[in-house]
Amino acid sequence: MTAKKTISVTVNGTVEVRTVEPRLLLSDFLRDTLDLTGTHVGCEHGICGACTIFLDGDSVRSCLTLAVQADGAEIVTVEGLGDADRLNFLQRKFREHHALQCGFCTPGMLISATDLLRKHSELSEAQVREGLSGNLCRCTGYEHIVRAVMAAAEEWDGEWNEATPRECTS
Amino acid sequence: MKPPPVDYAAPAMVEEAVALLAEHDGDAKVLAGGQSLIPMLNFRLLEPSILVDITRIPELKGIRDDGEAMTVGATTRYVELRNSELVRARFPVLGAALPHVAHLAIRNRGTLGGSLSHADPAAELPMMALLLDAELRIAGARGARRIAAEAFFLGPLATDLADDEIVVSVRFPYPADGIGWGFAETARRHGDFALAAAAALIGVSGEHVVTEARIAVMGVDETPLRIAEAERLLIGRRLDSDALADAVRAVREAVTPDADLQASAEYRRHLVGVQVSRALAQAWERAGGDAR
Repeated sequence: MTAKKTISVTVNGTVEVRTVEPRLLLSDFLRDTLDLTGTHVGCEHGICGACTIFLDGDSVRSCLTLAVQADGAEIVTVEGLGDADRLNFLQRKFREHHALQCGFCTPGMLISATDLLRKHSELSEAQVREGLSGNLCRCTGYEHIVRAVMAAAEEWDGEWNEATPRECTS
Repeated sequence: MKPPPVDYAAPAMVEEAVALLAEHDGDAKVLAGGQSLIPMLNFRLLEPSILVDITRIPELKGIRDDGEAMTVGATTRYVELRNSELVRARFPVLGAALPHVAHLAIRNRGTLGGSLSHADPAAELPMMALLLDAELRIAGARGARRIAAEAFFLGPLATDLADDEIVVSVRFPYPADGIGWGFAETARRHGDFALAAAAALIGVSGEHVVTEARIAVMGVDETPLRIAEAERLLIGRRLDSDALADAVRAVREAVTPDADLQASAEYRRHLVGVQVSRALAQAWERAGGDAR
């Protein structure tokens, strides 16, 4: 029997304190413990990118991170970007450019694209394609996703607060 | 696809970490970025009794410049190396290799010490450690030691690290001013493990000849390799087509690639020669080889 650990994490601006098994993956913590099922789980070994979230301001695989490693961290999931009634700027671009079909990869795509947009004042198509190369999509053929992210990058005027994850300060 | 039951400790000091490793006598695993370890746990390839998370140890963080070398803490992440001004200024070859390491989200977590300790024969940073004559500082329950990268990698996923030891930092001595560099890699898709890759450093004298040559390859043997014979035969020569062909031949003779689903051994042997030739040509040009 392994000793459980109590962790405190800030998820989409809310402090959550839970006692978890050390082996619990952060992806399962988000989905099963906190009921934030927007973060999808595909391959569970870091290949597909569906479970990508923000951890202390960087996009990371939640299936390759243990919940206990996130103790003290600030997390933003797709639920922190916007919601069905209030899509954020990037989500609206995804809708306008038909950047999703089944939607399974979309949460990870949105997080990875947001990471790119936040860290680069200018983005070339090559940078977008390289930046999204760790996120697999089996529907769109990627063209529409790249177009949506490029459109978001072009229209960004540097004051693009809507696409910045809420409460994510780092 | 879930990790097995395991204990977890996140010590604040190196001494505590190595004491925990010693206490568990081979049954503990060091956790840093987790980008190789956690997939192995998810696949149940490993069932350690405890994970020792070293990312909360301040001593293992950061990039320092002592005038002669860059010393990088073991838990420094790929993204931090890529964003480092010091890497950009003194180790452009390292900067060129980093974008080839997996994908954005992996580079945001994976660490230098983790990559070297994991020792995948097709990973970029072990090859870079060889190319750059890096020295690893190691802490263990029985004391501290230093080891050259050249002696550190023993086989696929095997290093000289004992069960109760961790990598503390890696020292990269600055190459001579004006040295040229080259890097070439082929992977099936961007971010995949390389089928083969090569990196080179070339120093050129006023007489248009090679004064220093370093050639490292990966993906074509049980560990990344320096190809001493190819390096030696370039000294004192111009990097013309004959010299390149001689170096490529020496590289192809020195490596023993494996076949897998992605490539035959012969293809890998051919490919690594092409990559060495490209890396050397880039390095020669950057060193001003033909312009002088």
